[in-house]
Amino acid sequence: MIYLQLFWSFFQIGLFSIGGGYAAMPLIQHQVVDLHGWLTMSQFADIITISGMTPGPIAINAATFVGEQICGLPGALVATAGCVFPSCVIVMTLAWLYYKYRSLEILQGILLGLRPAVVAMIASAGLSLVFLALFAGGVLPSSLDQVDWIAAGIFVGCLVVLRRWKTDPIAVMAGAGVAGWILYSIF
Amino acid sequence: MQKKPYLTLFLSTLQLSAFTFGGGFVIIPLMRKKFVEKLHWIDEQEMLDLTAIAQSSPGAIAVNASILVGYNVAGPLGAAVTVVGTVLPPLVIITVISLFYDAFRDNAVVSMVMAGMQAGVAAVICDVVITMARNVLKPFRWQPLAVMICAFAAAWFFSINVIWIILACGALGAVETLVRARARKERQQ
Repeated sequence: MIYLQLFWSFFQIGLFSIGGGYAAMPLIQHQVVDLHGWLTMSQFADIITISGMTPGPIAINAATFVGEQICGLPGALVATAGCVFPSCVIVMTLAWLYYKYRSLEILQGILLGLRPAVVAMIASAGLSLVFLALFAGGVLPSSLDQVDWIAAGIFVGCLVVLRRWKTDPIAVMAGAGVAGWILYSIF
Repeated sequence: MQKKPYLTLFLSTLQLSAFTFGGGFVIIPLMRKKFVEKLHWIDEQEMLDLTAIAQSSPGAIAVNASILVGYNVAGPLGAAVTVVGTVLPPLVIITVISLFYDAFRDNAVVSMVMAGMQAGVAAVICDVVITMARNVLKPFRWQPLAVMICAFAAAWFFSINVIWIILACGALGAVETLVRARARKERQQ
């Protein structure tokens, strides 16, 4: 039952991605690339890139894309529903509890414990994207020939711009795309 | 309350979601503008509380915030309406892109742009990680640093399922809070 699998996978992604934004990324990678092989790592990188350029949360974008690729619009709807369902239940329960108890010390403790782990997860998933963008085959290169120097240049340039001027990420990504077009055309 | 809050809720979240590029945090100030300043459905303090819940709950922040606003204004049915409004724009956009994905990917110019953008996205994520790591380590404590290093090693070198890592770290946080609460109680006695 592919629909059930889709729903269950994205249910888990929705349930365990805490912290929003890129926090969902490692979970999506695990479910969709490692576990089920629904997307290749390079397709996964594409969907992360597309997510960055289009409105909407990454998890929803990924759910739609994966569902669509596997079994069309019904797949997209099922995956998206799975992704959103845990949020609906948990958020409404929490809201109810919150208004009842306001400051739950234990809840805050759990969240505090999670934060460094969430950062580490994103770092790990981010590193595999860096490898994919910069090195042939997405693994640590054994010789300098396997490094994509244009991509490496764009990567370093973007990182400097982002750190120094706090530029809007959309603008940086668009700039990187234009730079890729120009540089890959020339060389 | 207005006669038809559902339609306004739906259209508002639809519009907000369609323009939330980048991370989910972007939707929070937009929502505040709409529901606090313009419609006066939610007061300032409540919006802050809702933001905290949205951030600390699992799932996408934009979706969580929409659920909370909908629930707050019109109960569970309101939440259902705002979820659909929030999910619809990305659903439509990605569906369209997905239909043309193969042609899209085989195009030489597109693949050059995508290769460049992939390097850009990698940089954006590195930037996010640096900022987040700094926030977690400010003020500096050894414990979160150790957790961060262990969690990274578990994910990167040992390919341990991220769900287990998250559950373990959440449990650690809960235990730590309980221990500290007990120590405080003993000190008071």
